[in-house]
Amino acid sequence: MKKILLSITVLTMAASVILVACSKKVEGVTDNISALNPANIDLAAGNWKTVLLTRPDTFAVAAPAATNSPAYVAELNEIKGAQSSLTDEQRSIIKYWSAGSVLRWNEILRDLVAKHNLPPYQNDDGSYPIPTAANPFNYPQYPFSNPPYAARAYAYVSAAQYDALVAAWHYKVQYNRPAPYSVDSSVNALVPKTALPSYPSEDAVLAGTMVAMMTMLFPTEISFIQQKVTEEENCRIWSGANVRSDIVAGEALGRQVASVFIARGKTDNVSKAVGTPAQWALFVTNALAAGNTPWYSLETPARNPMLPFFGNVKPFLFDSATVVALRPGPPPSATSDEMKKEIAQEKAYITNAPRENMRIVQFWADGVGTYTPPGHWNAIAANDFIAQNFSEVRWARNMALLNMSLMDAAIVCWNTKYYYFNPRPTQLDPSIKTLTGVPNFPSYISGHASFSGAAATILGHIIPANAASYTAMAQQASDSRMLSGIHFLIDCSTGLQVGQSVGGYGVKRAQADGAE
Amino acid sequence: MSKRILKHIVLTCTVLLVLGNAVLHAQTDEDAIMMAKKQFCIGGMYGYGSWKNYWEGTLKRNNLNLGTVSNQMFGFMGTYGVTEKLNLLVNLPYVTTKATAGTLHGQHGLQDASLWVKWLPLEKDLGNGTFSAYLIGGFSFPTTNYIADYLPLSIGLHSTNLSGRLLLDYQVGRFFTTVSGTYVYRNNITIDRPAYYTTEQINSNKVDMPDVATEQLRIGYRSSYLIAEAIATNMNTLGGFDIRRNDMPFPSNKMNATTVGVNVKYTLKKVAGLSFIGGGGYTVAGRNVGQSTMFNAGVFYILDFNHSEKKSDRATKK
Repeated sequence: MKKILLSITVLTMAASVILVACSKKVEGVTDNISALNPANIDLAAGNWKTVLLTRPDTFAVAAPAATNSPAYVAELNEIKGAQSSLTDEQRSIIKYWSAGSVLRWNEILRDLVAKHNLPPYQNDDGSYPIPTAANPFNYPQYPFSNPPYAARAYAYVSAAQYDALVAAWHYKVQYNRPAPYSVDSSVNALVPKTALPSYPSEDAVLAGTMVAMMTMLFPTEISFIQQKVTEEENCRIWSGANVRSDIVAGEALGRQVASVFIARGKTDNVSKAVGTPAQWALFVTNALAAGNTPWYSLETPARNPMLPFFGNVKPFLFDSATVVALRPGPPPSATSDEMKKEIAQEKAYITNAPRENMRIVQFWADGVGTYTPPGHWNAIAANDFIAQNFSEVRWARNMALLNMSLMDAAIVCWNTKYYYFNPRPTQLDPSIKTLTGVPNFPSYISGHASFSGAAATILGHIIPANAASYTAMAQQASDSRMLSGIHFLIDCSTGLQVGQSVGGYGVKRAQADGAE
Repeated sequence: MSKRILKHIVLTCTVLLVLGNAVLHAQTDEDAIMMAKKQFCIGGMYGYGSWKNYWEGTLKRNNLNLGTVSNQMFGFMGTYGVTEKLNLLVNLPYVTTKATAGTLHGQHGLQDASLWVKWLPLEKDLGNGTFSAYLIGGFSFPTTNYIADYLPLSIGLHSTNLSGRLLLDYQVGRFFTTVSGTYVYRNNITIDRPAYYTTEQINSNKVDMPDVATEQLRIGYRSSYLIAEAIATNMNTLGGFDIRRNDMPFPSNKMNATTVGVNVKYTLKKVAGLSFIGGGGYTVAGRNVGQSTMFNAGVFYILDFNHSEKKSDRATKK
């Protein structure tokens, strides 16, 4: 018995050593990056061209108290009090946000998209419940942040944050109130010092914009985002970078600018994007009347098509007539010899697929429960922007350019998908088993290819040194959809071209917004 | 004394397909049987498991876009008696998966090799029977670059595991009871995508694989030619998260399963060293796993590297 006890002890100790020695906590790629310390603070950004605001001073920001006023001194005392007893947790919050506010809000938005990107479970009668903004907490929660929904969410948040920061920069220069650590040397700077005036706080502007946009985009997350807002705003005070009046003015400005975007969102046609059963049936009727093979859902029970009228949503970079102009010509008939060849090619791709093809498919899949392809391109952009040391306002501008391009690519792509209503490979040959889930919308043109063409084009303009690698990534993302058996070559090659054209509008805007 | 010798010359190798994906247990590492010195038992196993219902978190459901998910396992196993009290075990399965509905492509490939060291530090007469205690250590690793992040059709989870097991056995006459507890340390895995969502967005291709604890009870009849036993196994993942409503499963889900089953092994009298096994099991409760029904069958043969005297020793026990 002694032997057993000894052995158990040895075993337990060995196990403990293993557990202690190998910490399994996974670290995210941006968890421990250093504080943003921009090479250029872009003081002239108050003159950059805004997206929706007609003027940077559309919303008035009152003049701040002078730095020698009793009110300001009291605010300095709040910082000093906080700094005298900072906890480790507070320091880690400072470190987290100091990496960049646009970056962190973008990451948080990607988190929300992934969290809400789940297709509703069917009703007992085989129909599917539609999430409703009027009752967001009921299952299925609103929204179902599928790729077009997500593209629009990223675009609205990014564009609103950009406009809000342009306005903030305008007032920063106008009032020119220095940061607390510059006013009072006994205030510690726990983030890199900057010559950028601190009123109104850019962090609070972004926070206010984000929480206001949530009322439209992710209503169930307002409370979660409000916690993050409070955290960010407090940490700017703890770090000595802002006094409370910088924060209050910033959040108010952010919320006001967001209201302009929310007003646009109410009338941009997204509310009609789901359609009705009668409208869904009409797609089939029209395709049959034109002698085409209509798309049908490959899910059981058949699911209503994803946002069939998203193609009528109002774009950011061009008008609705341009959407129609950008729509490509028709794909070959599903019964043509050309398509027969493509079907055979798809069958070949999925038969004994090499592991490397599987890797490419999974890397770009961005399907259910993920931040979607637009989110993936946001992650790619963010990771590259970190290395560029952009100012917050330039970060916001570049994210807005990327996400407006992605949203407009989604609009043209969805417009095309439902204009032609073309079937997926597996519909034409059920023996084509796919290497990732088949999205529940028509095949022509590929969403991934459209998104990726647009993203690579605008990102290649923003960071020309990376242009070739973005192009290669877009090509691979596009190819991944063929390799997985869910898209034809014609869907992908045409999608890439359409995406590139949309991205070209992003580039045109970038060249004319005063930031270059 | 003869009871102990009996135990040394019989062997069970069975398969338990616990999860939606195939997880293989060579039960030689879960039973109270040792190979005699310089004897090498080799065998081939076939296992089949399938499920139609699964637990999405704690909610039991089916999925019309998967239909019935099945996996087949073809395994090679070997056990070598270094001494009477120390055995080495190896096994390597080839696994295929398939879904009867929906569009997802099945997978196939060589899965994880495992190596076990089984030590019998204590064996003594107690009351009317014999009590024995075993310490068993295992190491398993993926032999190919198969895809883990493709559940429920991936062939495995691709983690490298270290297992520690304490197994106690008590046999009275030909009836026995075996209990064991296992702790499995699982290494983090790397997946093909750069980010994924658990209960939050993780911007990394590394996945923290929670450890697993398993308890098992086996009760049955054991003689030199026939073993028949009932088996109950309870597996708990120590951490991990639930599949969200209508989401896909993920390798680091909290996969729990309680299974019950039976296992029979018959050793031929006419052909020394040749035995056949068969068994079945059913998942009675679970979390983030399929409700599997499992069957297995196998054939084993003992190669004896001892001199003839040892062989005659065996013959005397018939």
